[in-house]
Amino acid sequence: MSAAENSVKVSVRNLDFYYGEHKSLKGINLDMPANQVTAFIGPSGCGKSTLLRVFNRMYSLYPGQRATGQVLLDGEDILAPNYNVNLLRARVGMVFQKPTPFPMSIYDNIAFGIKLYEKLRKVEMDERVEQALRQAALWDEVKDNLKKSGLSLSGGQQQRLCIARAVAVRPEVILLDEPTSALDPIATLKIEELVAQLREQFTLLIVTHNMQQAARVSDFTAFMYLGEMVEYGPTQQLFTNPQKKQTEDYITGRYG
Amino acid sequence: MLNTDPHVSHRFDDELNAVHELVHRMAGVVEEQMRNALSALLHQDEALANEIIGRDSVVNDYELRIEEECINILVRRHPAASDLRLVMTLIKSIADLERIGDKAVKIASMSLSMQRSSASVNNRFLRDIKVMGDYALGMFRKAMDALANNDAEAAVEIAKGDEELNQEYRAAMRRLITYMMEDPRTITPAIDALFVAKALERVGDHARNLCEYVIYLVKGVNVRHIPLEDVGKQLQD
Repeated sequence: MSAAENSVKVSVRNLDFYYGEHKSLKGINLDMPANQVTAFIGPSGCGKSTLLRVFNRMYSLYPGQRATGQVLLDGEDILAPNYNVNLLRARVGMVFQKPTPFPMSIYDNIAFGIKLYEKLRKVEMDERVEQALRQAALWDEVKDNLKKSGLSLSGGQQQRLCIARAVAVRPEVILLDEPTSALDPIATLKIEELVAQLREQFTLLIVTHNMQQAARVSDFTAFMYLGEMVEYGPTQQLFTNPQKKQTEDYITGRYG
Repeated sequence: MLNTDPHVSHRFDDELNAVHELVHRMAGVVEEQMRNALSALLHQDEALANEIIGRDSVVNDYELRIEEECINILVRRHPAASDLRLVMTLIKSIADLERIGDKAVKIASMSLSMQRSSASVNNRFLRDIKVMGDYALGMFRKAMDALANNDAEAAVEIAKGDEELNQEYRAAMRRLITYMMEDPRTITPAIDALFVAKALERVGDHARNLCEYVIYLVKGVNVRHIPLEDVGKQLQD
């Protein structure tokens, strides 16, 4: 199931995942190319969000959740016990379904994450904040109000603020877990536009329930069902001529 | 792979079935127009020829209505995979059906024109036309059957028949040119007959297009501009 001419950024090898006794990911193997967008689709409970949470070891915050197998980030196994999780979270950023700005100013929302990893002078920090907001296509809308609370922004702006926060620490991979499901169509389109721009610099992995969104924004799509990777391939092929009947049933609305 | 299982939304199934059926009804009208056009030509039937010309609007109305239904499905359903290929196939098919309908009208108007020439002259020309006409009509009918049955293998075989029709056309053209050179008085009816032969040759091209859409629908591969021998091999792989 290798994917592209682009070099492989994230590689999953025989990954199993357990919530306590329950095995929710079964023998996942997957190569995700650098500077491409890979979308994960599948019905609720298929394991796509679980898989996404493995990529930054978010699950390790919760007792009883464990992963076996390998997840290689540039060839290095991030599941290895001695792998530095703080470093991992800097390399692999995440954006969630509901916008989660911190209850602080727009400026501090961005600066907060940077301060965890770097000591910067005021001028440098100003530059980094501006750069992150520009990358998230939010700068023009907020540049005169950087002291205003992040919570005062609209839902779509808040989500772009969260993306700015994620890119500010200069990660290599960005995980997006249904980033537009709480947004209106125009705000959604702005996020999708942003995703298309961000792939120049980052590797993006996106979980979405919106199949048209997967078709629009991604280069590769993975269809998951009951914890298994059913089909993985170029998005265009998966949506016009899928190779597996389960995939076909799901994307044409025959599932269930 | 083609998926014929029902959708979760039964209304979606109903919409697809309805537009599919409309396309076959349109094909039925087009086939009748073509059959009547050949009959009007061979029997020099003026009334029938005029009827065909008048009925072209029925074909055009079908095309507009089906196109609208397909657009509605695209807007409402965002079809994917085999559903998407089906809608694309139907949209493309009706363009070819409409053109075949135009060819029937063309043949009908040529038959009116040929009635001005002597029957003995015409009969010589019409032998070629009858062979080509039967062949083109058969090819078209089989192509629509392949679409109805989702039969890609049959579609490949039917499409291959287009080359035979092209050869018939070239042979007919050579014969008609010979007549014209031998006797300049035959030029007018021979040119009419040549137009008819050309129209029938084009019907074969449209039938071949229909076959290619069927292959796309069933197999998900676009085989236009690929030699048919290679297509057959590709489908076996």
